[in-house]
Amino acid sequence: MDFFRNFPFICIMLAIVSGPVSSVLSGKVARFVSLTVVSVCGVLSSLTLWYVIELDEPFIYKMGRFPAPFGNEIRVGILEALMATFFCLIMLLSLTGGMKYLKKDVPEEKMNLFFIMINLLLASLLSLIYTNDMFTGYVFVEINTIAACGLIMIRGWGRNILAATKYMIMSLLGSGLVVISIAILYGITGHLLMSNIHESVLLIVELKTYTEPLIVAVGLFSVGIAIKSALFPFHAWLPDAYTYSTCSSSAILSSLVSKGYIFFLMKFMCRVIGFDVMKKTGADDVMFVFGIAAMLIGSIDAIQQTDMGRMIAYSSIAQIGYIYMGFGLGVEAGLVASAFHILAHASAKSMLFVSANGLAEVSGDSMNYRDLRGSGMRNRSAGAGFIVGSLSMVGIPLFAGFTSKVYFASAALEGIRAKEIITLVALAISTILNAMYFIRMTISVYTPEMNEQYEDRSFRAGTLYRLSMAVFILLVLTLGILSNPIVDWITRGLEQFS
Amino acid sequence: MSRIRNNYENSFRARFLRYIMGEDELPEKNYMSDFRKQIDIEKEEDEKATEHYLVPPLEDPMSDAKRYAEMSGLRWFRRLYSVMAVLLCIAISALLIYNVTFMPRFGASDSPMNNEVTERYLEKAGEETGTVNVVTGLILQYRGFDTFGETHVLFIATIAVMILLKIKKKDKPEEAAGEPVGGDVILRTIARVLVPMIFLFGFYVLVNGHLSPGGGFSGGAVIGAGLILHSAAFGFSATARFFDEKIYDIIKVGSLVLYSMLIIYYLFTGANDIDSVVPLGKLGNIISSGLILPINILVGAEVACTMYAFYSLFRKGGI
Repeated sequence: MDFFRNFPFICIMLAIVSGPVSSVLSGKVARFVSLTVVSVCGVLSSLTLWYVIELDEPFIYKMGRFPAPFGNEIRVGILEALMATFFCLIMLLSLTGGMKYLKKDVPEEKMNLFFIMINLLLASLLSLIYTNDMFTGYVFVEINTIAACGLIMIRGWGRNILAATKYMIMSLLGSGLVVISIAILYGITGHLLMSNIHESVLLIVELKTYTEPLIVAVGLFSVGIAIKSALFPFHAWLPDAYTYSTCSSSAILSSLVSKGYIFFLMKFMCRVIGFDVMKKTGADDVMFVFGIAAMLIGSIDAIQQTDMGRMIAYSSIAQIGYIYMGFGLGVEAGLVASAFHILAHASAKSMLFVSANGLAEVSGDSMNYRDLRGSGMRNRSAGAGFIVGSLSMVGIPLFAGFTSKVYFASAALEGIRAKEIITLVALAISTILNAMYFIRMTISVYTPEMNEQYEDRSFRAGTLYRLSMAVFILLVLTLGILSNPIVDWITRGLEQFS
Repeated sequence: MSRIRNNYENSFRARFLRYIMGEDELPEKNYMSDFRKQIDIEKEEDEKATEHYLVPPLEDPMSDAKRYAEMSGLRWFRRLYSVMAVLLCIAISALLIYNVTFMPRFGASDSPMNNEVTERYLEKAGEETGTVNVVTGLILQYRGFDTFGETHVLFIATIAVMILLKIKKKDKPEEAAGEPVGGDVILRTIARVLVPMIFLFGFYVLVNGHLSPGGGFSGGAVIGAGLILHSAAFGFSATARFFDEKIYDIIKVGSLVLYSMLIIYYLFTGANDIDSVVPLGKLGNIISSGLILPINILVGAEVACTMYAFYSLFRKGGI
């Protein structure tokens, strides 16, 4: 049983080592290696999850021969293991669902490079989830940024390179702010390990010695992560990056890359600074305001789009806003709701991107509203995925998005009065706005096409595509219907954080 | 008659129906369909084009930029934008500088940075890791996992540049056309003298990493600079005689995989409290400090490869 403690370490190492190895393999073998690594990591993470739930307390895994403040360490609790399992699963589904388009979009001689990016992205996500050390977190934020950049530009269009440049500039600005913040924290606490920083921070707050640098550090870190995860005023890089990259890339970017950063921010709030100190700095109010603004403005932008890919991309901005709004509520329940929304949004959004590509495939590779008319009946599995995804996004009962909205609303009732009213009103408006574009799109996708150009109904999606679509739908429904145990794990995991 | 029809087209119902059917186009926002239409036109022109996705022309975004530049409304916005950007930068810099005045004084004895962690690094590094140069012991043993990640940052950066710049083998320009044959006489003469010395010095920095300032990253950077100087002076074909793509792949992947194996062994035994079989040796000897010496050499090989690969990819689109 104790050997289970090695699983997170094995996952991280497996993912890292498969990167350099893939660089000398052919595209096909690299694909096989990458899919195997992602599945193995998923299985090991789920076993870890089971082990931590049985253990009922987090465990520390020493990275090297030297214990905590001197060496590196990773920390595994329920929430970490849950996130790791989900991330592996969603990554696998995004890869299998987008495999066909990958072959079309990525030239054969660069195929192995794509899978190097995938392997190292997985490694960085797992390390970001598990790490208990701020600097290790920063190192893997760097890997994450470069890997995401590679995923955007692998298609090789001019648009991709433009989008990757935008992403690179904004994301590096975010990384810079994060590293300055870590440096300030190190300067005033003398530690890089999360638990030790937390002790020193409590002391600083009590003695009021370095409160100003502490507030600056909190602000810089939050802004840095907000830039990297495309919170509302910093979202300009997002639509291009998500729309023009290949199917798997956009699914993974929208569902995992930004969520990895957000999870790091969550660890920073709960484990490094402490949620109570965070509230004293006022950072939660700022997050709340921008979260609400993102919820509304992202949706309003999405309504104006005539391209399905861009519409889904803009809806991501609104969903990121939900997560920050949950952070900003200033109650534990808000964090639980945000953590659940990370899962709900990741599964629904990656499914939407995969199904959008499936619908475009039977509509002359166009994602325009008009060309997509009737495509849901030409590619039935993609259509089903799109319906489930949009219902989840709108927040219809039985689907994942509804559950997270319920948790957001009930978390708002626990908070202060002003935030409660604003949250409930914003949730209502945002639901209507979401419905306006997603239901419109669904109607359009299922309106029979009179144009004889796309009369052909003989199209059948590949087995792999249909299979991954089915698992996606199952995942969204599971999150929507059987949410209780998952929310229970998240709550227990958050309790273990402090 | 026409008046009524006009009214109908502008009525709420008609506009709503158009909206549902996706017929009210907003031209500026619709980049994707624009260039897909363009692709369609190209397709019609070229019957042989079987691929759905044709590579769109690179100047596409540029023409957008030109179109936007002509809009008069945007002109003052752009001016305002640059002014605001400068003001924002100044404000943030001022905030950070003001913040520094609250920080503990650098190097002060009572600063929080001087705690038990630093003390242990300084006092026990020699005994615990077998290094005279504490920094090397710190980055390769105490915080070995961070450095392992950092080395992979270099690796993935090369791969990202490859995605962007690598040219297909058959498209590669001929040696005489695309690539400079070499530098002039002065450069070649000096390089002939300097390159061996640079290599030697790099190797010295590399293997003495645990004894004197230096180590894998700095030594590798020196060797990489030597490789770049060699190919700048004598041409890529001269460098390719001892360092071509095949050897590059072997060195890069070999060093990274070996490094991974060593670090996995170190981390795994450390975490499970298994005694390591690697002896630390006598403090101050060249062959000492256990895994640090081989790891330094492997990191150096990776860094040198990365430096040369960047140069080579930017110059000719391949190794």
